[in-house]
Amino acid sequence: MSDFLEKETTFFELPLSLKSRILILVAVLILVPSFFFPLWNMSFYSNQYTDGLVMHIYSYQLEGGKTPNRDDLREINSLNHYIGMRPLLESDFSEFTWVPLVIGLLMILALRAMVIGKMSNLVDVFVLFTYFGAFSMWSFYHRLYMYGHNLDPTASIKVQPFTPPLFGSKQIANFMVNSFPGPASYALFAFALLLLVAILLSAKRSKEGTNEKAAT
Amino acid sequence: MRGNHTKLTWFGLGILCTMIIGGILISCSKKPRVAERGDVAEAAVATYVAPGDTDEYYMFYSGGHSGNVYVAGVPSMRHISTIPVFAPYPATGYGFDKDTKQMLGAYTWGDVHHPALSETKGDYDGRWLFVNDNANNRLARIDLRDFKTKQILGPIPNISGYHGGSFVTPNTEYVLAASRFSVPLPKGTYEPLENYATKYNGIVAGVPINPQTGEMSVGWQVLMPPFDFDLGDAGKGASEGWAFWTCYNAERATGKLEVTATQRDRDYVVALNWKAAEQAVKEGKYKTISGVNVIDPKQAPGVVYLIPAAKSPHGVDVSPDGKYIIASGKLQSITTVFNMEKILTAIQNKAFTGDEDGIPVINYDQVKDAEVNVGLGPLHTQFDDQGYAYTSLFVESAVAKWKLGSWEVVDKIPISYNIGHLSTAEGDTMHPSGKYLVALNKLSHGRHMNVGPSQPESSQLIGIGGEKMKLLYDAFTEPEPHYAQMIKTDKLKPIEVYPKEEMKNPNAVWDVKDTGVTRDGNNVLVKMTAARSSFEPNKLEVTQGEHVTIYLTNIEQTTDELHGFGLGEYNINVVVDPGEMKVIDFVADKTGVFPYYCTNFCSALHQEMQGYLLVKPK
Repeated sequence: MSDFLEKETTFFELPLSLKSRILILVAVLILVPSFFFPLWNMSFYSNQYTDGLVMHIYSYQLEGGKTPNRDDLREINSLNHYIGMRPLLESDFSEFTWVPLVIGLLMILALRAMVIGKMSNLVDVFVLFTYFGAFSMWSFYHRLYMYGHNLDPTASIKVQPFTPPLFGSKQIANFMVNSFPGPASYALFAFALLLLVAILLSAKRSKEGTNEKAAT
Repeated sequence: MRGNHTKLTWFGLGILCTMIIGGILISCSKKPRVAERGDVAEAAVATYVAPGDTDEYYMFYSGGHSGNVYVAGVPSMRHISTIPVFAPYPATGYGFDKDTKQMLGAYTWGDVHHPALSETKGDYDGRWLFVNDNANNRLARIDLRDFKTKQILGPIPNISGYHGGSFVTPNTEYVLAASRFSVPLPKGTYEPLENYATKYNGIVAGVPINPQTGEMSVGWQVLMPPFDFDLGDAGKGASEGWAFWTCYNAERATGKLEVTATQRDRDYVVALNWKAAEQAVKEGKYKTISGVNVIDPKQAPGVVYLIPAAKSPHGVDVSPDGKYIIASGKLQSITTVFNMEKILTAIQNKAFTGDEDGIPVINYDQVKDAEVNVGLGPLHTQFDDQGYAYTSLFVESAVAKWKLGSWEVVDKIPISYNIGHLSTAEGDTMHPSGKYLVALNKLSHGRHMNVGPSQPESSQLIGIGGEKMKLLYDAFTEPEPHYAQMIKTDKLKPIEVYPKEEMKNPNAVWDVKDTGVTRDGNNVLVKMTAARSSFEPNKLEVTQGEHVTIYLTNIEQTTDELHGFGLGEYNINVVVDPGEMKVIDFVADKTGVFPYYCTNFCSALHQEMQGYLLVKPK
């Protein structure tokens, strides 16, 4: 047991290789566009909307498709009111204030790990990030669930409570609802993956280093 | 060893890229099928009516709040003519001559809803077309001999929001009427809205039609609870002698009806035995409200019943044989089929579950034959000659085809967009003709050349001759086709010229030598002719303040030789068809010289067809 702990402690004390550090920098750079692209896209198709109503969820805002001839978010809310769904309002989402802050913090922590060059720092960022990712997904699912389940009982059209899809396509009444991650989510995913590769690379190198030492 | 690291790194990046690309690929959203474009060549052939050829069917469709009825040909979908009914229409001079001005009264608009062709033995007989005015509670009769509005009845006393018409009984004994917006009766009564449930009333009624002349008159009415009576249909065959209406707001609610009137699971279909209503009136079981014999169902049991139906129903449609009464609850996904035989049995056995202001409510389970799972937002049903029913689905924006008897939905076609009513060829008679269905849509966005924010409605022609429905043609219509009826072209034999021998009015003159001006006190009477290419007289001299009456006769007896009489700055434009006489009357209150001229192009010397009105100061 003490062996194991000692070994792990050693692991956390490992220095980060140059390659790992470069990967961290790349990961941080990949995250920059996440501020400019949607995290998630939802679209709603029906006979009346063959071009689809679209909704983009950014880390900091909710944006509906908008052309000079249509405001999709307004349209979605106006359709949803028949089944008694709460209107989707940007001001109802506290996420739009704290999510960009957390992403920024994680970027700074990652850069810190790169500069200090210690495994423990990198693992911290990775763990924090994984928690943040998992929490965000749960929070998003919970939001969808609540919107589809807290329906006004006096609505004109009574529908069975439902959960819009988190990932994938689902027929809801006359709409085919699609929900898929956007570029920002892929950036976040890539960030995590690059950090993991950085961890593995440095761990592997040190193991090889130890083996080489043992061989001499 | 170094090589291993590189390999590992590339391996990691490889996974990353694969996942990102894969993610993007599976992110391709699923889109539903779009409105079918159909087999273009086949559709073109099916709808092509060669130059000089005529269509198979006339389609009369309501022009909604334009106040007009539009006439189109099917299958070409070409708009051929407009029949003005409830609004002035300078193109035909409607509402500018004495008779039509009198018919319109003080109203300058109406809301044309549901055209109804007259019937004999449950089939269109091609005599008249009736249309109701949802706004001002009027009913109009168009004579199909000359496609002209001949009579406007109303505002009909006690009826408020005349939406539930103008469906005719199988031998045109009655045109149905009903109130959509209940009010305190008699009209003119003040009653706070808080007392809506108890002090306001709806009305369902029969407007009797003279079988020879088509003359409409106010008949009996039935006092109803303050529901909103919506659409109707007359029983035929197995249900002859009955009339049906749907109603929403069985809640008797006021305010934001979108919410307040949609809380109960069921509203009602009204089943009215109009033969029993006639009997009740004969027996004196009525009270008089605003001069009309109004039957109170409490005093005359057996006249009217209520059948629970899926909530907020719109259409109630009787199958060709009259056996099935089909009600569509527009907020649900089913259309309900009631069996007339079962309704009669239930009434006989008093299978009632309660009452509304003394009107028995029939036990739903005992009269329902089927709940057909047609799709979202069923509105209105029509029929073909093969035993199929076609139900429009507003929410889903589609038409469902289903079999009467087996209740099986066999086909569905998407519509662009949001179909309201539909019309099949002679589809609400005892012998539907099949072949064509026209979807009367509420929206048309993206289907036509851009004409700015005021967009037309769209009408889509669908072939129903085969197993599968096929989209054949998109046509665009002015607001707002609430319903249309199609009748075989050869059933109508309109005249093209008013025969001279039929003209009985002594003020009509046929010879230039009979024209002229006579005076009677302040009145100036003018007998005038119009013919290619002059008005006789072509000069009128009057004194300011005189009342001028011009009897203008078009003495042509040739097809399409119409003449117009436009009087500049006097706001007058009257059009006389060949053989027609119209009366133009006005007070010459403005002094000066005013040209009158032919407004309807007539001949090579059309421009020269003009004259002067000279008004001398007093």
